[in-house]
Amino acid sequence: MKTSHLAVQERTLCPHPRTLPGERVDFGRPMLRVFGVRLDMRVLITAGIVALLALACGFAGLMLGKFSLSIGEVFQGLVGMADKRIVNTVVGEWRAPRVLAGIVLGAGLGVSGAVFQSLTRNPLGSPDIIGFSTGAYTGGIVTIIVFGTSFVSTAAGAIIGGLLTAVIVYMLTWKGGVQGFRLIIVGIALTAMLNAFNTWLILRADLELAMAAATWGAGTLNGMGWSTIAPAAVATVVLGLACGLFARDLGTLELGDYASKALGVRNEPVRAALIVVAVALVAVVTAAAGPIAFVALAAPQIGRRIAKAQGTSLLASAAVGALLLVAADLIAQHAFGDIQLPVGIITVSIGGIYLIWLLIQEARKAS
Amino acid sequence: MSTLNADTHSPLVAQHLDLAYDHREIVSDLDVAIPDGKFTVIVGPNACGKSTLLRALARLLPPADGAVLLDGNNIAKMKTKKIAQRLGLLPQTSIAPEGITVAELVARGRHPHQSFLRQWTDADEAAVLSALRATNTEELSSRQVDELSGGQRQRVWVAMVLAQETSLLLLDEPTTFLDVAFQIELLDLFCQLNHEYGHTLVAVLHDLNQACRYADEIIAMKDGEIVAQGRPEEIITAELVDEVFGIGCTVIDDPVTGAPMIVAGMPKKTFADR
Repeated sequence: MKTSHLAVQERTLCPHPRTLPGERVDFGRPMLRVFGVRLDMRVLITAGIVALLALACGFAGLMLGKFSLSIGEVFQGLVGMADKRIVNTVVGEWRAPRVLAGIVLGAGLGVSGAVFQSLTRNPLGSPDIIGFSTGAYTGGIVTIIVFGTSFVSTAAGAIIGGLLTAVIVYMLTWKGGVQGFRLIIVGIALTAMLNAFNTWLILRADLELAMAAATWGAGTLNGMGWSTIAPAAVATVVLGLACGLFARDLGTLELGDYASKALGVRNEPVRAALIVVAVALVAVVTAAAGPIAFVALAAPQIGRRIAKAQGTSLLASAAVGALLLVAADLIAQHAFGDIQLPVGIITVSIGGIYLIWLLIQEARKAS
Repeated sequence: MSTLNADTHSPLVAQHLDLAYDHREIVSDLDVAIPDGKFTVIVGPNACGKSTLLRALARLLPPADGAVLLDGNNIAKMKTKKIAQRLGLLPQTSIAPEGITVAELVARGRHPHQSFLRQWTDADEAAVLSALRATNTEELSSRQVDELSGGQRQRVWVAMVLAQETSLLLLDEPTTFLDVAFQIELLDLFCQLNHEYGHTLVAVLHDLNQACRYADEIIAMKDGEIVAQGRPEEIITAELVDEVFGIGCTVIDDPVTGAPMIVAGMPKKTFADR
């Protein structure tokens, strides 16, 4: 060792240990390489299966109801070629928008939840817990009261409300950086305040507007029509893909701020961009279907566990989110006889149990 | 034979550096040049600013005043990604995402060489494999990082930094939480990276004797200032150790390596000794 002091050595940068062409790293699981992207086969297959299940639930949603339809009738109805015109209307106009909403909005919630849980490095750091959904809802109510109930204005209001909430939460949390757990506590407190404010807003509004706001406030896909879901689905897909663009940076940020910056990630601008996109995502969903709880919270965790994903998998989250929402909506519509519940009631009930379990887990980990 | 002169041949230079956290000044008007192709170790008592200096050299802490020059360019004006292709850092604490495997973690070291359209190529595969081999972690590649021992885990993090393929490596207290066997294993690895692969290394270490054994160059810091810089046998004296750490000691020749070896003064075993 000491020779380095005694003899001056030739010190040019030599290559590291040689590798042979075509030699592969053992990732411990099959990897697929397409178009210069390395994909984890297990994540792909799991997400594919979950997505198929979501589609199956969606198909069941198209079949079930007062007009029970056969598989063949649903297919005919989807392309508008059924013999009975009512079938076209039932499938194409009544049920398809709702099923599409369940799938697309659920996937959007899954992605948004995954982004925030990754950024806060905490499974509780999801937009429905830290107030961004509630803030988006507040923005939505204010716009409904002022401008009426068009989707575009509600969505704009919801995005502004969501972003403002995010700014407030971050300002209250900032202390030379944002620490995940403090952000969650502040977010929960702000959620409570916003809920009180929302109630006050609804109490003061005209009866008709108040009823619209309140139904929407439970989180529901009831009465979902094309005029709402078409723009919402486009926005959700675009914003979801935007999150996908940042997936690599997100994975690097998970290594800690110092490591990610040393690896060439511009931490703060990337984080800000991700927050804006993910808040917009949850706001669009909220504008279309109200503040649906639990999906954004649970989808990333369930997705990660079943796919055995390494770190955050937006893909698995999206698939599980879609399945959760479309399945919960199926229960909300059909499990209680003639009573149609808002899907938010179902997700909150299941979510409450999950949240208790999660809190116990986190508390155990902390102690 | 290359002539290595710290002044003319320094890849990393700090000029008139002022460093502060929340307006609390840690380092003021500091100049330092990291010699090319050598293993440099920064030593000093706790809170002397050594990790702070390392962070500034790795542009993780923007200087309040002064500049860090990487290959003669002001690091504050360079693109983060460009810097990451030239300079790698092993942070004091890093987080392995839950359930991540060794290979996947090491693969994240390829980030500065990738873009959205060019995410994974043969070059990435080769760099990861090579980094795993250099750190002797290839057979761990499919294991989960959470399951590894402290020493293995630190090797894997080093592999991640190596996969970055930078000739400059900054290591912030890499041995702190390891037992002595793992410390030696890791320091031998750093030596090997320096000797065999020609990396320029800068490490913050706590153990003065390890610093003397392994370093080509020692930078001794106290209260945010550099007290001495040079080859261990040139600068390590009982006076310097007293000045920097405030402990009385004798400096002898290391019976194994011949490097200076610090033997601290008589232990105070009773209260009467104090």
